[in-house]
Amino acid sequence: MIQLLWLIVALPVASALILAVLGSHLPRRVVAALGAGSIGVSAVITMLIATEYLSSPLAGQAYTEVLWNWINVAGFEPHVGFYLDALSLVMILVVTFVGFWIHLYSAEFMVHDEGYSRFFAYMNLFVASMLTLLLADNLLVLYVGWEGVGLCSYLLIGFWYRDPANGAAARKAFIVTRVGDTAMLLGLFLLFTSLGTLQIQDLMRQATEQWATGSWLAITAALLLLGGAVGKSAQLPLQVWLPDAMAGPTPTSALIHAATMVTAGVYLIARTHVLFALAPAAQFAVAIVGAATLLLAGCSALTQHDIKRILAYSTVSQIGYMFLALGVGAWSAAIFHFVTHAFFKALLFLGAGVIIEALHDEHSIFRMGGLRKELPVAFWTFLIGGSALAGLPFITAGFYSKDLIIWGAWSAAQGQPGFWIAGMIGALLTSLYTFRLILRVFFGPIQTPVSKRPGYLMTVPLLILAFFALVGGAMKEPLLAFVQSTLPKMVEVNAAGMTETLSEVVAMLVFLIGLSFAYLFHLQNRSLADAAVAHPTAHVVHSWWFADWGFDWLYDKLFVQPFSWVAEINKADFIDAFYTGIARLTEAMYRALQLTQTGLVRWYAAGLAFGSVVFLALVVWT
Amino acid sequence: MLEIPMRDGLILAGILFSLGVTGLLVRRNLILVLMSLEVMLNAAGLAFVVAGARWQQADGQIVFLFILAMAAAEVAIGLALVLQLYHEFKSLDADALSEMRGIA
Repeated sequence: MIQLLWLIVALPVASALILAVLGSHLPRRVVAALGAGSIGVSAVITMLIATEYLSSPLAGQAYTEVLWNWINVAGFEPHVGFYLDALSLVMILVVTFVGFWIHLYSAEFMVHDEGYSRFFAYMNLFVASMLTLLLADNLLVLYVGWEGVGLCSYLLIGFWYRDPANGAAARKAFIVTRVGDTAMLLGLFLLFTSLGTLQIQDLMRQATEQWATGSWLAITAALLLLGGAVGKSAQLPLQVWLPDAMAGPTPTSALIHAATMVTAGVYLIARTHVLFALAPAAQFAVAIVGAATLLLAGCSALTQHDIKRILAYSTVSQIGYMFLALGVGAWSAAIFHFVTHAFFKALLFLGAGVIIEALHDEHSIFRMGGLRKELPVAFWTFLIGGSALAGLPFITAGFYSKDLIIWGAWSAAQGQPGFWIAGMIGALLTSLYTFRLILRVFFGPIQTPVSKRPGYLMTVPLLILAFFALVGGAMKEPLLAFVQSTLPKMVEVNAAGMTETLSEVVAMLVFLIGLSFAYLFHLQNRSLADAAVAHPTAHVVHSWWFADWGFDWLYDKLFVQPFSWVAEINKADFIDAFYTGIARLTEAMYRALQLTQTGLVRWYAAGLAFGSVVFLALVVWT
Repeated sequence: MLEIPMRDGLILAGILFSLGVTGLLVRRNLILVLMSLEVMLNAAGLAFVVAGARWQQADGQIVFLFILAMAAAEVAIGLALVLQLYHEFKSLDADALSEMRGIA
C-alpha cells in the first residue's frame, strides 16, 4: 500500500488536467465528481497508508520513494522523490481529509458559478502542489510545490477576475509572497553551495557535522528559510497579503488561506528543525516573529467589520502561535495546533460562506444578526469552531493545542515568561474577537433576511469538521507521541515558577474574561461598543488597528510609490531612447521619400530615363 | 542597291529615340505621350533592322515584327486607358492626373 504514495499526488494532478482541458464540456455533476472524488480517493489512500505506517514500523521511521531523476548536471542530480515520515504523514492526512470536505462543500457552493470546472481544476492543482510540498524529499521538489501553491493561491484569489479589485488582491498576494520566496531561494542556493546537496535528510546530517551551533552560515541559511516561511505563512512583516486574499471564493479561503497553504511556512521550519537548532538566533527570531504577529493580528481582528477579514486576521494570529511554538522549541505543539487549527478554521470559513450566501453576499458583521434561529446548523457548527478558536476549556481541540503552545512558551528549551505573556494576551484577544463575531452574527435582532439555506452538501462538511474540532483534543497524546518520532521532544526545562495546570487555569480565566467582555460590549449593551469606538483616543487606535497597523500605508510609501515614481521617470530612459530613435529615423526617411511620390507620370518617366542612362553609362564605361 | 552605312542608320535611330523620349517628357497630352512612345519603339525597331542589314541576317527584321505586334498591343491598351481616363476626368493632361501622389 505504501508504494502507492505517488498516487496521492498523481490523482489530483490527473483530475486537474482533465478538468482544465475538458472541463467546459463536462456536465457539472461530472466536474464535481472528478474534483471532489479525486481528493476523496487521495484521502482514502492516505488513510490506508497511515494505517500501514502505524501497524508495521519502517526502518528509520521513514519511507522514501524515488520516482525519477530530474536533472544530472556536474554532480548536481536532484531526483523527484517522496519522503514519508510522521511529520509529512500528519500533514498530508490533514490536507487530503480537510481538503476533501472543502471540495465537497464547493460542489454546492460554487454550483451557479460559470467557472465551475475552472474552480475545481485550480483547487485540485492546489492540493497536488501542497502534497508535493509536504512529501518532497529534497528542497528543490519542495520548492516546486511551494511555488505551485503560490500560483494556485494567485489564481484562486483572482478567480472572479472581472472585478479589478480581485486582480489587485491576487497580484498583491503573489508579489508579497514572492519577496519571501526569493529569500528562500537564496537560502537554497546557500545550502547547496556550502553543503553540496539539497536532499533534506542528507542536508540535516551534513549541517550538524559541518556547522557549529551558532555559526554564521547556519544562522544565515536559517534566516533565509525563515524569510520564505514568513512570506508564505503571512507573518510579520509580510502579513499584508492575507486579509486581501479574502477576495477569493470562500472555499478557497478555507482550504488555502486558513487550513493548508499558509501553514507551509510552519512545515518548512519544522522540516528543517535541525538547521534552526543549529542557529539559536534564527530560532529566537522565529519566536519573536510569531509572538509579534499573534498580538498585532489579534488587535486588527478586533476592529474589522468584514466576517472573512476577521477570520483572516485570526488565521494570521493563530499561525503566529505556531511560529511561537517552533521558536521556543515546542515543535510538536506547533504541528498539533496546525492540525486542530486546520479543522476549526476551515469550519469557520465554511460557516462564514454559508452565512454570506444566505444573506445575499453580505460581509459586514454589523449588518448580520439573529441568525441563530435562521441557520441552526451553521450556528451550532460556527459556535463549535469559534469556541475551539477561542479555546473553550476541556471540550474543544483548540483549548488543548493552544494551551500546549502557551505552556511551551514558558517551559520549553527557548521559552521565556515574556513569550508566555504574549501568548496569554493573544488568547484574550482571540476570545474577544471570536465572541464579538459570534454574538454580532448570530444573536441580537435580525438585520438582513435570510434568502438561501444550505443544502446537505454544505452542511455535512460543517458537521464533520465540527466533530473533529471537538474531539481533536483527544488526539493530543497519541499525536504528540507520533510526531515526536520525527521531531525533537518538547522538554520542559524552564518550569520554575509555573506549572502546566496553573498555565491552563490562567488560560481559562483569560478565555472567560474575553467572553464576558465580548458579551458586555456586543450583546448586552451594544451602545457601549459604539461609545468606546467614538471616544477620540480609542478612535485613533481603532482606525490604526483597522488599517492593519498601517503596514499597507507604510509599504505603499516605502516601496510601491517609489517604484511607480522610478518607473514613471524611467519612461524615457536611454534604452527607450534607442528604440524611439529607430522609429524617428524611419519616420524621417519616410517623409523624405514621400516627396518623390508626386503622382506626376512624366516625372516617373524622367526618373526611369535618367536611371537607364546612368546604368548604361556604368556598363559602357567600366 | 545603295548600302547605307550602319553608323548613319544607328545615328538616325538614336535621334528618333531621343525625340521620342523628349516628347514623352515634354508633352502633357496623353495621346501625344503615346505617340512619342510609338516613335521610341520604332527607333528601337530601326536599330534592329539596321543591325540585321549589317550582318545580312533576317533576325533584325523578325524582331521588328515582334516590336510591331507588341506596339499594336500596347497602343490598344494605352488608348483604352486614355479613353477611360478621359471618361473619368474629362481631361487628358498627364499632370492633372496625379491622384496617386503621396500625402505631401
